[in-house]
Amino acid sequence: MSEKKATRAAYGETLVELLAEGVDVYAVDADLAGSTTSAKLREASAARHINVGIAEQNMIGVAAGLSLTGKTVFTGSFAVFGTGRVYDQIRNTVCYAGLDVKIAPTHSGISVGPDGGSHQMIEDLALMRVLPNMRVLVPADYLSAKAAIRIAARTPGPFYIRMGRSNVPQIYPDAEGFALGSARVLRSGDDVTIVACGIEVPLALEAAERLAAEKGIQAEVIDVFSLKPLDAKTILRSASKTGFVITAEEHSVIGGLGAAVAEVLAEHPDVLRKPLGRIGVQDRFGTSGGFDELFREYGLDAQAIYELVVQ
Amino acid sequence: MRHMGFDATEIERRAAAMRRDILKMIALAGSGHPGGSLSATDILAVLYFGEVVRHRPSEPTWERRDRFILSKGHAAPVLYAALAHAGYFEVSELATLRSFGSRLQGHPDSRKLPGVEVATGSLGQGLSIAAGMAYGLAVSGQSEQDEQDERVPGDPVSPSAQQVFVLLGDGELQEGQVWEAAMFAAHQRLGNLVAIVDNNNLQIDGALEDVVGLGDISAKFTAFGWRALEVDGHNITQLKQAFDEASAHTDGPVVVVAHTVKGKGVSFMENQCGWHGKAPSDEQCDRALAELETDAKAATEPPVGAAREEVRL
Repeated sequence: MSEKKATRAAYGETLVELLAEGVDVYAVDADLAGSTTSAKLREASAARHINVGIAEQNMIGVAAGLSLTGKTVFTGSFAVFGTGRVYDQIRNTVCYAGLDVKIAPTHSGISVGPDGGSHQMIEDLALMRVLPNMRVLVPADYLSAKAAIRIAARTPGPFYIRMGRSNVPQIYPDAEGFALGSARVLRSGDDVTIVACGIEVPLALEAAERLAAEKGIQAEVIDVFSLKPLDAKTILRSASKTGFVITAEEHSVIGGLGAAVAEVLAEHPDVLRKPLGRIGVQDRFGTSGGFDELFREYGLDAQAIYELVVQ
Repeated sequence: MRHMGFDATEIERRAAAMRRDILKMIALAGSGHPGGSLSATDILAVLYFGEVVRHRPSEPTWERRDRFILSKGHAAPVLYAALAHAGYFEVSELATLRSFGSRLQGHPDSRKLPGVEVATGSLGQGLSIAAGMAYGLAVSGQSEQDEQDERVPGDPVSPSAQQVFVLLGDGELQEGQVWEAAMFAAHQRLGNLVAIVDNNNLQIDGALEDVVGLGDISAKFTAFGWRALEVDGHNITQLKQAFDEASAHTDGPVVVVAHTVKGKGVSFMENQCGWHGKAPSDEQCDRALAELETDAKAATEPPVGAAREEVRL
C-alpha cells in the first residue's frame, strides 16, 4: 500500500489546480490557512485567498458575498468551528439563499487526537445533512478528497466536504469515478454489508479481510462518499442480498451516516434479517489521545467492526 | 454633476408614498415590522431614487450594478416598497406581503424576488456579506482595461469599482459578527463599501440604552478604522450628501450613522418600541394614512431613478 496521506492535503492543492483550469475559485479561511492547507492558493494568487482572522462567522458571510459576485468560494477553519460555530450563517445565508459556497473545513472527527473533545467534531454530518439545499461529501482518502473538491467546485450551490487531519491509507488508485449521489462498492460479499464513510472505509476493508480469513464471512464494503444525496439504491441492493447491514462512521451515531442509512432501511423493513448495527461515537464527547487508542476507546477501529459483524 | 436631476422634494414625496404602502401592506398582512421600516424609508428613498445606487429594474442581475443589502431584514416592507416604486414589480403585488405563495416573504428571499441581492433576516450577517461582495467587485469589477489585473489585498479600491451599500439596524450592532466584519472591511480597505446605520435607538425589548447601550456608534466604527458620517436620517438632502461623500471616499469603508425616529411619519407610532413588530388595525391604518396623505399626493409619476445610471456612470 502506498504512503498514507491526509484528506486535508488535497484541499489547497486542488484549489490551485482548479484555478489553473480556469475556475474562478476563492478560499476564505480563519487563521488556520496552514493547517487546512488553503494557504497554497495564496501562494498561487494572493487576492484569491482571504484570511479573515479568528472570525468564523465573518468567514461565512464574506464567502457568501464573494459568491454573489460570481465566484466559487470555499471556506475553511476546523470542522468544529467551520460548521457548528457558524451554523446560522450556513443555514440562513448560504443554504437559504442557495449560494455557491463550499463549506470545506478540515480536522473533523476524533482523529484530531491530542487537541481533545473541544476540537473533535462529531456532529458536523448531522448538522449539515439536515439543511435544505446542502450536499454532503465525505471523502475516504486523499484522492477521493480531490474528487469531492472538484465535484463541489463544478456543481452550483452549497456543499459540505468533510476532511480530516490524520494521515489515512490510500484506497483509490485515482480521483476518477466519483459522482454526487454515488456510492462505491469496494469489496463484494454476500454475507454482510458494511456501509462506511471517511476514515472508517479503510477500517471496514481491514475488518472485511479479517472476517473472510478468520470466519469465512464475506463482507460487502460500500464507501458512501456522497452522504447527501445518499445512494440509497446501491445500499438497498446490497442489503437485499446480504440481509445484514452495519454502518461505520467517525461521527456520532445520531444524525450522521448511521441515521441516514437507518432512514432508508426503515422505509424498506423487509430487507433486513437482523437489526441494523451502527459503529460510531455513542452520544458522548471526544477526549485527548492518540489515533489508535481513541479509535479503540470509542469503538471505531477495525476490531470493533469485526466484533459487531461476528456478533 | 452628481446632483444633476436630484430633486429633494420629489424624493420626499416618493418616501411618503412608500410609507403609505408600508402601512397598507403590513395592515393587510396582519403582521410585520412597521417601526423599523418607517425609520428607514427616507434612507431607501434616497438610495433608490436619489441617484445613489446604480441599478436597472428592467435587468435586476445587470452585471455592472451596485448592490444594496438590507441587513435588518425584518424591515422588508421598506425594501419591497422601494423595489416596487423603482419598477422591479407592480406596486399591486405589495398587497401579497407575507401571504402563502407570495414572492414577498416575511423576510427578504433572494431566491424568490428579483432585486433582493441576498436573503436576510437573521441579524448581524449583512455587513459580512457586503464586505465579501465589495471585495469581489473590487477585484474583478474594475474598468475594462485593468479587469485582468488582480487587486492585491490592501490596495486602494478603484474609483470605478461597483459599490455595495448595506443597511443595519442599531440594535443589530449588538451582534458580534458585525464587528468581525467591521474589522475585516477596514483591514482590506474596502473603499467601495458603505454601511448605513438606522439609528432609531429602539429595539424589541425597549430602548437600546436600557437593553445594551452602544455608546458612540461613530466612535466605535472610527476606532475600527472606518470613516464615519452622521446625518439626520430623515433629511433627504443630508442623506444624499452623505452618500455622495461616502461614495467618493475610495480609500476605505464609510459608515453613515443616520439618526432616525422609529415609526417616523405616523404620530402614534413614533418612538414607540411597541410598533417594532405589530401590524396596525384597519382603523389605525386609516389614521396613519390620513397623516401621510398630503405628502404622498404628487408621487405618482414614473420613478425619478429612470435616468440614474447615466448620471453616475
